[in-house]
Amino acid sequence: MTDNVYYRSVFPLVGLCVIVVAWQAYTTLFNVSSVVLPSPTDIFFATCENFTTLLRHTWPTLVECVLGFALAVGIGIPIAVALSSSTLLNLTLYPILIAMQSVPKVAVAPIILVWFGLGIESKLAIAFLVAFFPIVVDTATGLNATPKGLLELAKSLRATRWQIFYKVQLPSALPFVFAGAKVAVTLTVIGAVIGEFVGSSEGLGNLLLTANSQLNGPLAWAALIWLSALGMALFGAVALAERFFMPWAKDGSGH
Amino acid sequence: MTAITGTREQAPDGLAPSSEPFGVFTDIEKRFALGDGSYLTAIEKLSLTLEKGQLISLLGPSGCGKTTFLRIVAGLEQASMGEVRIEGKSISGPHPDFAFVFQQPNLMPWRTVLENILFPLEIRREKTPKGVDRARELVELVGLAGFEDRYPSELSGGMQQRVALCRALVHDAKLLLMDEPFGALDELKRMEMHDLLLSIRARTNVSVLFVTHSISEAIYLSDMVAVFSRRPATIRDRIEISLPYPRQGEMRYGADFTRYEHEASRLLGIVR
Repeated sequence: MTDNVYYRSVFPLVGLCVIVVAWQAYTTLFNVSSVVLPSPTDIFFATCENFTTLLRHTWPTLVECVLGFALAVGIGIPIAVALSSSTLLNLTLYPILIAMQSVPKVAVAPIILVWFGLGIESKLAIAFLVAFFPIVVDTATGLNATPKGLLELAKSLRATRWQIFYKVQLPSALPFVFAGAKVAVTLTVIGAVIGEFVGSSEGLGNLLLTANSQLNGPLAWAALIWLSALGMALFGAVALAERFFMPWAKDGSGH
Repeated sequence: MTAITGTREQAPDGLAPSSEPFGVFTDIEKRFALGDGSYLTAIEKLSLTLEKGQLISLLGPSGCGKTTFLRIVAGLEQASMGEVRIEGKSISGPHPDFAFVFQQPNLMPWRTVLENILFPLEIRREKTPKGVDRARELVELVGLAGFEDRYPSELSGGMQQRVALCRALVHDAKLLLMDEPFGALDELKRMEMHDLLLSIRARTNVSVLFVTHSISEAIYLSDMVAVFSRRPATIRDRIEISLPYPRQGEMRYGADFTRYEHEASRLLGIVR
């Protein structure tokens, strides 16, 4: 276990160091303009100088992601339950869901902005739209993938439909739910940034756009790195929740 | 555990209906519809009588329909024809006094050993402190004391099957339906499980229908071995096993045991 943690943290760090050193060497040796590609040290100093600005803009983006994710879970899981419990609903809703998912969210963003305005609501809506699909599909898949033996066991004990759902199907679907949630939570960051790009007054996406238009490459890259860190932190939070809710799956599917 | 007054001897003919044998299975037939409108007959005119506390093995080649018969008794499948009577009442569908032991342990990975054993009580809304005590007793009985709070993934296959056995016994079942329950275990573990099953049977006087394709397993365990024919399945012959209980491991090497093995092999068409 400790070996595992050790290797898991050491190897990515080594990889990161190699990339950063090569990057720094490239920008210094070829004298690349910081507008085109700022060097890691430029980005580091920009981060230090604008620390409070970055922090101030992180908060709205974080709230958008977390709430959008919560909406996707809160609405997606009941819909997945409905899909898996009724063939009729499955036939009716599934094609619509796929049609919805096929629409590029970036294309919908301006319309959503018209509907919900420049405030947080439009960002929530886009983050929700992006995160919703993997949660529904994975949860529905999990609910339909209950091992046959467990269903027969429940049947032989004359379990009610509700008991089968609550005590057998739902817990056995948990690994699928969390797999979907981990994908979804990183997607919410994309959704929130799309929303901020289309129209906003704050957030890391907004900061990135502003810095870029002012040709402030280092700050734009700093915002980018914070966004990536935000996505990783959100992923980590869901992975932690997974460990908490699935203590039996020690180191099962977590990354 | 329930006090049982019934005897294991064959009931004489002409008794009042109240003393009808525990389980009477009459002319069971099972047909599966094939795509082209024809039928595949899996079981044909199968009749069997199970006395209270009796252990009958259903012995036959793989795929002959003995598992289908067991599943019909369990109510997991419907017979196309015929009648299943338990304690004088015709039944269809799962019976509350039955417990099914599957070939695979079928434990829930998210439940600990004790929670898995308590599952039937939860489903029946009978999870009482007394039930929990009983579950703990069973854990001890099968030699898993100390593993109550472990998850199935931390146990070996043999230990998992012991847990499955506890789960089957926790609600005081009158009939255990066992579908090659020890088939996935190695020889040594299987012999241990045989003695465990027999000692549990001796304590509880539970009736058992035991599906197997192992001749020696059938003989070692049973009061009677019902030898199945190839498909469509029917009972080709019955071998009463008169080896005394408690069975001892040495009996596996006695002349009587060999004679029974020979007879079963002959009925199965393996030897002449």
